[in-house]
Amino acid sequence: MIVDLQRFLAGERPFWTEFEKMLDRLEAEPELRMTLPQLQLFHHLYERTAADLAKITTLSSEPETRRYLENLVARAYGEIHETREKQRRFFPLKWFSQTLPQTFRRHVRAFYLSVAITLVGCAFGGLAIAFDPDAKPVLMPFSHLLADPAKRVAEEEKATHDRLAGFKTTFSVELMTHNTKVSIFTLALGMTWGVGTIIMLFYNGVILGAVAVDYIHAGQTKFLLGWLMPHGVVEIPAILIAGQAGLLLALALIGRGSRVPLKTRLREISGDIVTLIFGVGVLLVWAGFIEAFLSQYHEPVIPYEAKIAFGAIELILLSLFLAKSGTGKKPES
Amino acid sequence: MKTSTLFIRTPEGIVFSQLLAGPVTRFFAWFIDQLCISAAMFILGIALDLLELINWNFGLALSVISYFVISTGYGIFFEWNWRGQTIGKKLLRLRVTDVEGMRLQFNQIVVRNLLRFVDSLPAFYFVGGLACWLNAKCQRLGDIAANTVVIRNPRVSEPDLDQLLAGKYNSLRQYPHLAARLRQRISPAEADIALQALLRREEFDEVARVELFGELAGHFRARVEFPAEATDGVADEQYLRNVVDLLYRTRGENRVPAGHPQ
Repeated sequence: MIVDLQRFLAGERPFWTEFEKMLDRLEAEPELRMTLPQLQLFHHLYERTAADLAKITTLSSEPETRRYLENLVARAYGEIHETREKQRRFFPLKWFSQTLPQTFRRHVRAFYLSVAITLVGCAFGGLAIAFDPDAKPVLMPFSHLLADPAKRVAEEEKATHDRLAGFKTTFSVELMTHNTKVSIFTLALGMTWGVGTIIMLFYNGVILGAVAVDYIHAGQTKFLLGWLMPHGVVEIPAILIAGQAGLLLALALIGRGSRVPLKTRLREISGDIVTLIFGVGVLLVWAGFIEAFLSQYHEPVIPYEAKIAFGAIELILLSLFLAKSGTGKKPES
Repeated sequence: MKTSTLFIRTPEGIVFSQLLAGPVTRFFAWFIDQLCISAAMFILGIALDLLELINWNFGLALSVISYFVISTGYGIFFEWNWRGQTIGKKLLRLRVTDVEGMRLQFNQIVVRNLLRFVDSLPAFYFVGGLACWLNAKCQRLGDIAANTVVIRNPRVSEPDLDQLLAGKYNSLRQYPHLAARLRQRISPAEADIALQALLRREEFDEVARVELFGELAGHFRARVEFPAEATDGVADEQYLRNVVDLLYRTRGENRVPAGHPQ
């Protein structure tokens, strides 16, 4: 019980000031490691301030002091009771070569699910085009895909001027940003218990399957592979990984068979989701660059075999990267 | 149950509260942030227009990527560097915090900002607003996924007590031990009711005012009983003034605003 409020405030204020200074420093310098005496002092000041808050809470005349103390206790509470590892300096190379592939492998089942949904979509799109070629305008939203594949290939191969001349960088950036937005959207739709993510993956599969069957049916398999492989072998896995992240979010949200509370489940995967989506961003930057600067050039400018070989090498490297990179090293928590 | 306050109990048994921000306040903060993004894009656009004169392709590409990075990264950048605040949130005194009072992590900030893509559907944050309205902690989908809440830290304005209580003799001040007991027994909410009644006295109908002050004075008289010589002949309204004077003016003339320790 506080009998003399004035004396209480005057007596305690220096401790609050010192505590606030320590908190400011701690927040300004995330790398700061306190010595044992500093830690003891910090803990002592926290307990003292918390006790002061408890004393003053019942007091009617000090709403500002109460709010001030609540603010101090809230800030310190996060520092003292946080069990997650403290944010460390970011090492991009380590993150890319170790954290990203390790995270991918840790949740590889969600990736397989993402692949399976896309394959079902591919089969649906392919069968739909095979049985009903008139369905093309419904299945393919892009006007340049609606033309007859054989006619398009003939036009592309006899083109004498570079239609992307002076526009390649912008085209590349537009592809990167568009695909990244679609990927983030696919991830974010995980909050619909995965329904939105599944629809996005399925729909991507439908378009892919429809285009593939359309070109194969027209005898343009080589063109198709030469056109899609250089960027597609990176772009499609990137979308699949975004789907993996979305499904991961959905699985945490549903929590089937888990007795862990929702908050804990979401807390456990939030770091992995961020790692995966940043990884998707990196892959899409590469894919956008390749699509604008390589994929749009066909024979006789670049032989199809060379493009297909390039795509195959990329696919092997990407697979090796995701499967092997960072193995044997301690996973990041 | 929907509430406007988030209570966190520490293992030491101390409870601290955080006021939750409602969907309307958050919408205004978002609107200010959109204006900031537009302003940044406008300024950057002028520079990029000049660059386009030199190299059209590169300038255009840079403007496309700048818009994407600024619109997507604005929230992440500011919330991370300003400990949960953007310009809009700072102006409206809002802040993103962890739902359990823990330290706000970079991952949480990224997740809540990336999930804006869904919250903003179909337009003007309809999904997010609806989720916020239905959720007990006023969380949009991004907040639920990231385990965050948006709290508000309203400025507690100091009532002009000097004007309200000036020139009146307070007979209750002669009994400091009873004044201390009064401060101990009266809750912050009760004190605020008394203060608000005095501040808004001119707004009441005369009869209603007499009744209201009568009820309030009766309530406070019952909480701590002062000797008859201090209360006899004191009107209800004056009694209430004396009570407020005791509750709020505890440090005499040298009052130092609380929250700003010297």
